[in-house]
Amino acid sequence: MEDDHRFTQLKDIVKMYLPEDVPVGAIGMDSNFIKELNINSANLVDIVLDVEDAFGIRLENEDMDRMQTVRDALNIITQKLRDKK
Amino acid sequence: MNRRVMITGLGICAPNGVGVSNFYDSMLKGISGIRFHQELADLGFGCQIAGKPEIPDSLKEAYFTKLQLRGLNSSGLVYGVMAGTDAWKDAGLSLTGKDCPDWDSGIIFGTGILGIDKLRESIYLIDDNNARRLGSSSVMQTMASGISAYLGGILGCGNQVTTNSSACATGTEGVIMGMERIRSGKAERMLVGSCNDSGPYIWGGFDAMRILPSYYNHNPQEASRPMSASASGFVPGSGAGAMVLESLESALGRGAKIYAEVLGGAVNSGGQRGVGSMTAPNSQAVQKCILEALNDAGIEKSEVDVINGHLTATSKDAEEIKNWSEALGRTGKDFPYINATKGLVGHCLAASGSVECVAALLQFREALVFGNPNCHDLHPEILDLVDPSKIPLKTISHRPRITAKASFGFGDVNACVIFKEYK
Repeated sequence: MEDDHRFTQLKDIVKMYLPEDVPVGAIGMDSNFIKELNINSANLVDIVLDVEDAFGIRLENEDMDRMQTVRDALNIITQKLRDKK
Repeated sequence: MNRRVMITGLGICAPNGVGVSNFYDSMLKGISGIRFHQELADLGFGCQIAGKPEIPDSLKEAYFTKLQLRGLNSSGLVYGVMAGTDAWKDAGLSLTGKDCPDWDSGIIFGTGILGIDKLRESIYLIDDNNARRLGSSSVMQTMASGISAYLGGILGCGNQVTTNSSACATGTEGVIMGMERIRSGKAERMLVGSCNDSGPYIWGGFDAMRILPSYYNHNPQEASRPMSASASGFVPGSGAGAMVLESLESALGRGAKIYAEVLGGAVNSGGQRGVGSMTAPNSQAVQKCILEALNDAGIEKSEVDVINGHLTATSKDAEEIKNWSEALGRTGKDFPYINATKGLVGHCLAASGSVECVAALLQFREALVFGNPNCHDLHPEILDLVDPSKIPLKTISHRPRITAKASFGFGDVNACVIFKEYK
């Protein structure tokens, strides 16, 4: 339940950065941000900042390097939130 | 190769009119875009008035994507993208498809400094040990070439895409650079123009130099007084102007409307020698620039019938008129009609040349010469050289044949372009 909610939250963040010809429906758990969703690599840093604001966490450079797909991002978010507790 | 170059599109974001039709209406009727700005008063500026285009957020949405609008804090970029996109559409050109750029179209879009408000925002974050929070938009909104880069992406231009910078000569210089590129066969179409940010961080330095009028805070519309005996400094402005330059072959081939021909032009510098300095023009260089422009255009001094001057509303205006008079060898009633767009928009700095070129080109379309509402008290040294009938207070009917437009900038740099009626 919580995972679903986080996925929706993340999808809301990511959709802003989709090129015009990629529909929101294309965002799946295994979508690669750059290769499949065609998100400009420069915008990945903006996604990271939005994720930080939305979840109240801080992502380091190595987290960003690991964040290739939507699932990667959700795993990192889950782990950061767990570490915070 | 020496091909003819036409103007086929105009775009403008001026203090007295956003969009060509609003701007034209204001220029025709003598409506000023200079207003009092509380922000400048609150900051303790001597000059609390300025020319600033008014752009509602809803209008921005027509030019920028939601993503581009996010964190957008670069006024010059907004003005430039709007004017540039408008000029492109006015020329009847479409945005290039997704896969392949238009190799024959380029952009030369100048500025002085871009995105100063974004820069300020970034500096606060960096000084707060928070550089990581800048995001990706800080660089593209503050690099000088951000404006040509944004337009290049929107339009899909594959020829030269660059930004020139020569202070207040920037916009006029860009027209000449674009003309040369098309003339020499290196491009078919060049979007040229310039933009300038607005706001206290742009205008503050000029206020500090005490070259802005400080006695007109209660009657802003009378403050910008080019050629007037009571001119007391230039009113700071901002905005953008844009033109599509196109080879005659390309323009005719697609049946484009033609505003005028760019017949020739010249740029030079006074080298900050003689009477020239960082802030003052060397008259010898100014006259040389005008003569070289005429020579490049292949016309006689007597053929110029309209001048759009640089004329900023400082004590230098009389000197500029003297330079025109001496360079052209013309005085009194024989002097061409002359006007100063700055009387209604202020000095749009790096954008001034392009904004004023757009005004000069609209005069061809409408067969008139815009008025100079604030110079009913002409400077006596100007009256010695020019008959007052040549400096209309109100817009008059006159079909321009050859218009000379000049801009002069800090650094003692000059640009003069010659436009000709296209028949």
